[in-house]
Amino acid sequence: MSKENPEIDYISIASNKPKGKRPYFFKDPAIERVLNITMAIGMELAVVRERVDSLERILEAKGIMTREELENYVPANKDIADERQQWHSEYISRILRIVQQEMEELENPDKTLQDIADDIDKM
Amino acid sequence: MAKNLPPTYDKIAKHEVFPETTSDEKARYNFLASLNKHLAHVSQGNKIAYENRVKPKFEKEKGRTFQSKNEVDDAMSDDPHYQIWSAMRRSTMEMRQQAGRSLTYRQGLKLKEKVEKLNAQKPNSLILNDDVKVPPYLLAVDNHLMPGSYHTELFEGDVSNAANYDGGLFVTTAGLLGKYSDGGGKAMADWMTTTYPDFQPKRILDIGCGMGHNVIPIARRYPDAEIIAIDTGRPMLKYGHARMVALGIENVTFMQAEASNLPFEAESFDWIQTTMFLHETGGKSIYNIMKEVYRTLKKDGITMHIEQPQYTDDMSFYEQWIRDWDAYNNSEPYWSKMHDIDPKDLMEDCGFDRNEYMQIGAKAINDLDDGTQKADEPEDHGRSPIWNVFGAWKR
Ligand SMILES: C[S@@+](CC[C@H](N)C(=O)[O-])C[C@H]1O[C@@H](n2cnc3c(N)ncnc32)[C@H](O)[C@@H]1O
Repeated sequence: MSKENPEIDYISIASNKPKGKRPYFFKDPAIERVLNITMAIGMELAVVRERVDSLERILEAKGIMTREELENYVPANKDIADERQQWHSEYISRILRIVQQEMEELENPDKTLQDIADDIDKM
Repeated sequence: MAKNLPPTYDKIAKHEVFPETTSDEKARYNFLASLNKHLAHVSQGNKIAYENRVKPKFEKEKGRTFQSKNEVDDAMSDDPHYQIWSAMRRSTMEMRQQAGRSLTYRQGLKLKEKVEKLNAQKPNSLILNDDVKVPPYLLAVDNHLMPGSYHTELFEGDVSNAANYDGGLFVTTAGLLGKYSDGGGKAMADWMTTTYPDFQPKRILDIGCGMGHNVIPIARRYPDAEIIAIDTGRPMLKYGHARMVALGIENVTFMQAEASNLPFEAESFDWIQTTMFLHETGGKSIYNIMKEVYRTLKKDGITMHIEQPQYTDDMSFYEQWIRDWDAYNNSEPYWSKMHDIDPKDLMEDCGFDRNEYMQIGAKAINDLDDGTQKADEPEDHGRSPIWNVFGAWKR
């Protein structure tokens, strides 16, 4: 839940499953599950890499900080600590999206897209 | 792999209701745009797998070649390259929705407030009507995997999905639609003024306008025309109207209305436009909608429809099959079925003269291209900003 929008559980909303039975391309869905998690982690690694790159370039340009300070950093207060934990919560939900969606599908079995296409063809 | 690097997300044009992005959120979009581009290259392996192992195996076993795209589908489903490409492409689409919705729902209330503030400045050009029903085909599926589709409001005044659509188009097309994702509308406006320089439409209707990004270039090109943009998705209309106000455009009215039952008199428009709309309708509705287009179009008026490339008889089953991928795996179920209709027949059945039918190819006009997008790259089926536009004059 964000501070700006406390009523809305945006973290789980963001990972909601779209309507229609999810197609799997590997015979064993377990492969696909792991693949999806891995892809998301791949993305998050890219995100961190971009951020670190920005940081290093700014700091380098300004001659502000040493590597040692960075290594020894700890959150200075509870707000900072909470912010970092919130980040972890969002991160985990993001990379485990497919597990959430499979649970949603378990709860709410859906028609296949082929069936929906046939339905829609008559609408 | 990709020869043309996509532009970075910070190059996209902002306006007052555009969702804010943190540096991580921008980086996520940068990653996804690059991944989309990369996967268009990986897709080339499908053709190779098809030619080199899937087709020979099928022919050896059956003593004949493929006779339908369903047979291609069955055979390709077992191919490991197709499996990994498809799994990654599906995953990329899901990640794109997740990334977009996590950032818009995070700031959902703020977006709502910004939209309401701008809409209050010009209340007369936003016409909402609670009696308008969302068509059943839109309730049956979340098109292109956007949970909640175009109509859902998770809280009163929610426009988060519309903002997600606005910010995310850049990602799916790797920036090829331009700063305002309006390359399609621009191409259409250009085509009209170049092909028919004397045509001066007074009233223009855009059906299924969504958040209106493709109707804005038409409004700019014809500032004296009165333009009505309709949709059944309230959040899209509210956001689209606020976006128009933010961009300083005056001549578009956003209206909640349903295309197969248009609240307009016969012969009331000079030009009726749809953009990426018809393939998201349904098998009966498409005829009802086209009949309404015919009814409400003036004599000597024109209607044009920007769509994905049509399937033609000379297209191989493989080609047809790969173009169908989005229908079933990116939840665009009518996409494939629509391609089985000849648009010429569709228009004739709904009243148009067959001899007036026209079809053109269009390519997005991309103001984000800084000259680094020149290398030839494989077509990203269903994503490339290259379209088939069909339509007719009503005589
Ligand atoms: C893919 S979006 C296209 C948006 C926009 N024209 C563009 O250029 O991208 C399709 C839009 O059509 C709307 N729509 C679908 N069926 C409709 C109908 N029968 N009447 C009005 N709007 C409809 C949907 O709500 C959605 O916003």
